[in-house]
Amino acid sequence: MNSKRFNIKELINDFGVPRLIILGFLMLLFILAPFVGADLPTQFTNLFNRFSWNAVLVLAMVPMIHSGCGLNFGLPFGIIAGLLGGTIAIELGFTGAISFLMAILFATPFAIIFGFLYGILLNHIKGGEMMVATYVGFSAVSFMCMMWLLLPYHSPTMVWGYEGKGLRTTISLEGFYDKVLSKFLEIRIGNFSFPTGAILFFALLSFLMWCFLRTKTGTAMTAVGSNPIFAKASGINIDKIRTLSVIMSTWLAAIGILIYEQGFGFIQLYMAPFNMALPAVSAILIGGASVNKASIANVIIGTLLFQGIVTMTPTVMNSMIHMDMSEVIRIIVSNGMILYALTRKTNEGRRA
Amino acid sequence: MRENVLEMKNIQKSYFGTKVLHDINLSLKEGEIVGLVGENGAGKSTLMNILFGDEVIASTGGYDGEIKMFGKTVHIGSSRDALKLGIGMVHQEFSLIPGFTATENILFNREPIKKNVVANVFGERLDTLDRKKMREMAKSAIDKVGIKIDDDMLVSVMPVGHKQFTEIAREISKDNLKVLILDEPTAVLTEKEASTMLESIKSLASKGIAIVFISHRLNEILDVCNKVVIIRDGYVVKDSEISKITVNEITKHMIGREVDTKKRVSRNLGDREIIMSIKNLYVDMPGENVKNLSLDVRDGEILGIGGLAGQGKLGIPNGIMGLYDAEGEVLYKNEKINISDPMSALNKDIAFVSEDRRGVGLLLDETLEWNISFLTMQVKNKFLKRFLSKLISFRDNKAIKDVTDHYIEALNIKCTSSKQKAKELSGGNQQKVCLAKAFAMQPKFLFVSEPTRGIDVGAKALVLDALKGYNEKYGTTVVMISSEIEELRQICDRIAIVSDGKVAGIYDASESAEKFGALMIGASAGGM
Repeated sequence: MNSKRFNIKELINDFGVPRLIILGFLMLLFILAPFVGADLPTQFTNLFNRFSWNAVLVLAMVPMIHSGCGLNFGLPFGIIAGLLGGTIAIELGFTGAISFLMAILFATPFAIIFGFLYGILLNHIKGGEMMVATYVGFSAVSFMCMMWLLLPYHSPTMVWGYEGKGLRTTISLEGFYDKVLSKFLEIRIGNFSFPTGAILFFALLSFLMWCFLRTKTGTAMTAVGSNPIFAKASGINIDKIRTLSVIMSTWLAAIGILIYEQGFGFIQLYMAPFNMALPAVSAILIGGASVNKASIANVIIGTLLFQGIVTMTPTVMNSMIHMDMSEVIRIIVSNGMILYALTRKTNEGRRA
Repeated sequence: MRENVLEMKNIQKSYFGTKVLHDINLSLKEGEIVGLVGENGAGKSTLMNILFGDEVIASTGGYDGEIKMFGKTVHIGSSRDALKLGIGMVHQEFSLIPGFTATENILFNREPIKKNVVANVFGERLDTLDRKKMREMAKSAIDKVGIKIDDDMLVSVMPVGHKQFTEIAREISKDNLKVLILDEPTAVLTEKEASTMLESIKSLASKGIAIVFISHRLNEILDVCNKVVIIRDGYVVKDSEISKITVNEITKHMIGREVDTKKRVSRNLGDREIIMSIKNLYVDMPGENVKNLSLDVRDGEILGIGGLAGQGKLGIPNGIMGLYDAEGEVLYKNEKINISDPMSALNKDIAFVSEDRRGVGLLLDETLEWNISFLTMQVKNKFLKRFLSKLISFRDNKAIKDVTDHYIEALNIKCTSSKQKAKELSGGNQQKVCLAKAFAMQPKFLFVSEPTRGIDVGAKALVLDALKGYNEKYGTTVVMISSEIEELRQICDRIAIVSDGKVAGIYDASESAEKFGALMIGASAGGM
């Protein structure tokens, strides 16, 4: 801190060995790409697109990490709120860009209610948040599997054609909010395109988060995560702050899935939310967050690295060895990162 | 002249660079009972842990000095060594297995055994216990202790006194027992049980066992011991035949180090009005319960609260500040404080420096800036920059850095910068950060709990001076809770002694150390 000496060892420790390995691997992929015949501009387009779809879901991790609730394995909660918002907007006949705004609008009350209830639950199980959250998230997904069939949706674009009721597993967003953000101010140069609108939207949410963490309440949230008893002794209502963080996280997850859908072009229902939490969790961990410290930089770096691996490995690997290794590598990377972060947690001996 | 069973010579011990035992010498003769007394933290337990080979000692670098038994130098590296040498110890906290009966506990791992078929094949670990013989042995040990304990009763359902006797029975059932260490064996006993205990201790000694007897009840020491050894701050300050010493002299040696520090200029604050009135306070703080305590604090004074550990002195601020469940009425300037909500007291400019620095006092993973400014920011909305007509307020990093730098200088906090993490500081400097945190709030009333616990002498003086200075400069009322009576006498106007969750008495700080000592060990304010 006081010395200006360039200490490489410290720098490496600061950046984290796992991140260096992943960064090295990603660089290697980019270097290899032209040699195996992959088109670099297309690869970059892919990377930025996938970044823009996923970044907000990763950002949703931040508030709960700050308040000491750990990694939000209960992300499916927020995602369900987002799915409800999206489907209701379509059901009510909104189209185009308006449907996206309405989806956010409808998703918000669900996110707040779900987040509030989820927050109350987490306040009763302090210390075991992450495990309970995982199962609660899974149960919510299963419950909604029934509800998607039973809820009275009628819009012909969404329900099963042969019976006229029950939502389909995949709903196309064409004519609704497909690519509304990605196409906004999109930059195109040859094969390369940049989803300016979606990235700007992420930047806006990140900026708001950055601002929030600098307010009095945001400071209190960080302190609750750092040492809850210290915060209590300073007059902070710990449960209230934690609930607030869960609501924020749930709302961001709802918005995050809507952004994901607009980029992807489809709403995926039923078991889809099941698979959204782990990539987001591992992305923020790759970005350098720990179970009780996370920054916006962690979100950006982590999402870039994680999505980089996910987009680059299939192309490069497939061309090289003519075998699909992408899924295997994605699973190793994401679960490996989660494992790594959880072992670090016990080392630090955090107080529950 | 009886033989010296045990001799401890020039025993020294440091924990993490802090010396807790300097040059202790202790000898025990056959059949002798030596009383070991001293304040909490004087080094009694450390000394006994060395003697019994507690793993704490070995894991923190062992001890220096020499231990001789029957004139031969021995090394005690583990409890196993100690047991082999015939040293037994009865711990303050019981080391019994709750689900086993008295008999099973007494003879645990030393059970008489019978051969059986399986053991012939698989070895002696599978021998059968000889229940009948076990019972006989246990019974005879219990008889020696002198109290009727059902040898078949599970330890988990025993009254606490019986557990204590079971432990002693276990020790004396060992054939090779030469030295028995009793760490406050009477602390949990009723008066009648205690006197039975003392009788059995005497009869043990008459059988030739040398006994080290630790107790805070000095009358017991006078009753049973042949010799008393007084330890203070890691030194033996007095080693005397029991007939040549009185209770008053013992207490004086225990706490009254020759007062070499500047004595407080006595202030007459008797006519100040009552600023805080505590009535019938109950606090449910594990190990420090407060039971129906009433206390008045005068405006602008420094009130000391002393007493032995576990008597409830720490529960008082923790209860009033809303950190533990509490009941009762606390009036501050004639307004009620809601003692279930920490904010209630904080909003009235009452601050608290907790005894648990690392657990409650600090954000170990955050910078000094955060640690010092957080409380004030949350309670008083300071160190915030406001935008959009006060709708949004951000942390004012410059104001935070300024206030932190101010206190780093004022309290001489040794750190690399205001951005250093709190966990990287030493204990004394962490304590100063805790004080700075409270000072930054500019409290009108300050609770300070064990401010000098675990910090070195230099830092101690600085912390005490800071408190005194703050009191004099701003007229802040200070209530300081400490186990060290001498420290309280240095800076307080009055000192209240808490015993068994209540105020045993309040004296002017200039009263003699003996008087406070007497209050601590349970005599009422009028007695002795």
